[in-house]
Amino acid sequence: MSPLRRRSVKELPPAGKLAAYLILVGWAVVVLFPLYWLVITSFKLPIQVNSGPVYLPFVDFQPSLDAWRYIFVDLRDDTLRPYLNTVVVALSSSVLALVLGSAGAYALARFPYKPRLGMIALAAGCLALVAVAVALGMPPAVAVAVAAGCFAILAATIGRRFRRTLSNGDIAFWMISQRILPPVAVVIPIYVLFQHLRLLDTRTALIITYAATNLPIVVWLMRDYFAKLPWELEEAAVVDGASAFRVFRSITLPLSAPGLVATFLIVLVFAWNEYLLALFLSSADAQTMPLTVAAQNATRGPQWWYMSVLIQIMILPVIALAVALERVVSRGLLVGAVKG
Amino acid sequence: MDAARVAGGRGRPVAAGEAARARSQASLGASFAVRAAFIWPALLAILFVSIYPLLASLYISLSHLKLVRGGFEFRFVGLDNFRELLVGGEQGNFLGVLGPLGPVGWAVMAAGVALLGWGLVRAWRGGASVVGMVFRVLGAVLAAGTLWLAARTLLAAGGRPGTAMVTLVYVLVGITAQFLLGLGLAYLLTQGLPGQRLFRVVFLLPMMITPVGVAYMFRMLTDTGKGPLQPLWAAVGLSDFSWVNSPWGARVAVMVGDIWQWTPFMFIILLAALEAQDTDTVEAGMVDGANRWQIFRHISLPAILPVCATVVLIRLIEAFKIIDLPNILTNGGPGTATESLSLHAYFRWRTLDLGQSAAVAYSLLFIVTVAALAYVNLVRRRIAEE
Repeated sequence: MSPLRRRSVKELPPAGKLAAYLILVGWAVVVLFPLYWLVITSFKLPIQVNSGPVYLPFVDFQPSLDAWRYIFVDLRDDTLRPYLNTVVVALSSSVLALVLGSAGAYALARFPYKPRLGMIALAAGCLALVAVAVALGMPPAVAVAVAAGCFAILAATIGRRFRRTLSNGDIAFWMISQRILPPVAVVIPIYVLFQHLRLLDTRTALIITYAATNLPIVVWLMRDYFAKLPWELEEAAVVDGASAFRVFRSITLPLSAPGLVATFLIVLVFAWNEYLLALFLSSADAQTMPLTVAAQNATRGPQWWYMSVLIQIMILPVIALAVALERVVSRGLLVGAVKG
Repeated sequence: MDAARVAGGRGRPVAAGEAARARSQASLGASFAVRAAFIWPALLAILFVSIYPLLASLYISLSHLKLVRGGFEFRFVGLDNFRELLVGGEQGNFLGVLGPLGPVGWAVMAAGVALLGWGLVRAWRGGASVVGMVFRVLGAVLAAGTLWLAARTLLAAGGRPGTAMVTLVYVLVGITAQFLLGLGLAYLLTQGLPGQRLFRVVFLLPMMITPVGVAYMFRMLTDTGKGPLQPLWAAVGLSDFSWVNSPWGARVAVMVGDIWQWTPFMFIILLAALEAQDTDTVEAGMVDGANRWQIFRHISLPAILPVCATVVLIRLIEAFKIIDLPNILTNGGPGTATESLSLHAYFRWRTLDLGQSAAVAYSLLFIVTVAALAYVNLVRRRIAEE
């Protein structure tokens, strides 16, 4: 096909081009205007907000740094503590999810698993027995011991009869299906559990919970990434006597850096922005930024100017990351979510 | 199509994966212990946030929390909490206030039931198995029930939708708008216009912002007195009007915020799919004299349809969990007009009515599961088969 022909295939007629730009610019305005309003509101005084809208700094109103000073000087510690919490929680939970999740994803992409259905049913049955026994008043330790004994005996005797097995695909699907669970349906028992462990309102509780809720995403994205990597290097390393862990750490992980970066960024954004679980599991010490932002509405009505500052310092790092990694992110999403 | 495997359900590995796995068994042959060490941490972590809390939640939903000296205890009450939601004192909040069916309501009901019946008959004639038919009938009954509820609460005079119906409205309207907008924008940005990358980055931004922040931004923007659109509201005589006091105004504000935030997700994935499509077929269509619309309709759209089905499924599952927006934007109000199911459960939890809260959460889980299953069976599978 000639280059000329090719261009005419791709290119819109002038009128179409104009229309396309109008739509694109229109949506860009829709996207950017709220952000613009956020930025200028943070430079307004309360009086300038309350007396009706003013649009242009230096023209309509004289921008001031009052809100910024309040957040960073007057409230210093009350801003920095949740910010630090958010940074620590988001980073550590994402790292944890990435480590556990990519190990699981690698395993599902490389090793065959054949869990027998019967064994799973057996384990579930024994667990149910424990639950019933504890509910009827048996001491938990005894119940667990008895159930473990039952499981061991049954597994050794009738375990070999079970033929039907699950495949890696089934395991992966089960993991992904956990995303269907609304957090609100599982958060109360997690709350009670952390209360028993005296971990409520700690970063640890948030890190564990976030890592676990984000794991399925990591497994889902990374499994497909690993499956597409060439095998030859890993095989060669195994022939040379490297262990599976060694192969994973020094060959597979470095090769999948783009996928890891994209996945990390996705779960980082989820953890960074998470609201519901934090609402239940943290109150003062471990409070994260979304809660701090929400708290600006407390008693005196919404404090738009402070809120705008807080929202900005919350979204700046993620946006900077996203812009810096735009290429990697869209490719990561493509490889994982779309290509299957 | 690979994408079919991901959400299509019963993960059927593609042939290449199967071959690779067979090779791995031979060459990477790791011992049982090593294989276990790789996968068990992830499995245990997922079990920790799914199975244990699910069972515990189920128990809580069947009990009443009672405060006793030095703590609290759960008293088993059977299905009381659920009965309360469906027919008891919580019905108005959960299902809504039922109004008498008007002519429009009857017409919609009749049309819907006729459609469902026709679908069932067609499936039966098409040789569906008995078990398949049982599930189809169950699904049809649920669909008819939902329709009845929608007609009695949304279309009837004096009716008021409860949190279940409001959540459904959020999900349906939100996903439709996000999908159409995302697809349209993605299509425009694959036309080779200069400046594509800049637009792409800008369009991605809303997804990165914390939903709480989005909610406050929209509260500022929709303020008819102090918001930037105030001249516009004043021009149409709405300057004293507050969205927050009008049920549908408040719901629309929530939906607009949701659409603003999540259109980028649809956009980026559909963009990736459009870019990955085979350019040769498009060019062949062009040579054959097809116009732009025909090419999109008959070449591009079928090529990306599996991806569309997957991305809608992902958003379907996530959209049901909406809580941040209505909580911040309207605090669930006016009254309970904008409460989603998650928010409903949270409000019950805040008043220490843990049993009721868990019951609402379980209802949400039931609704999401049914919706996802129905979607997978009705839409996804059909698309994957084509």
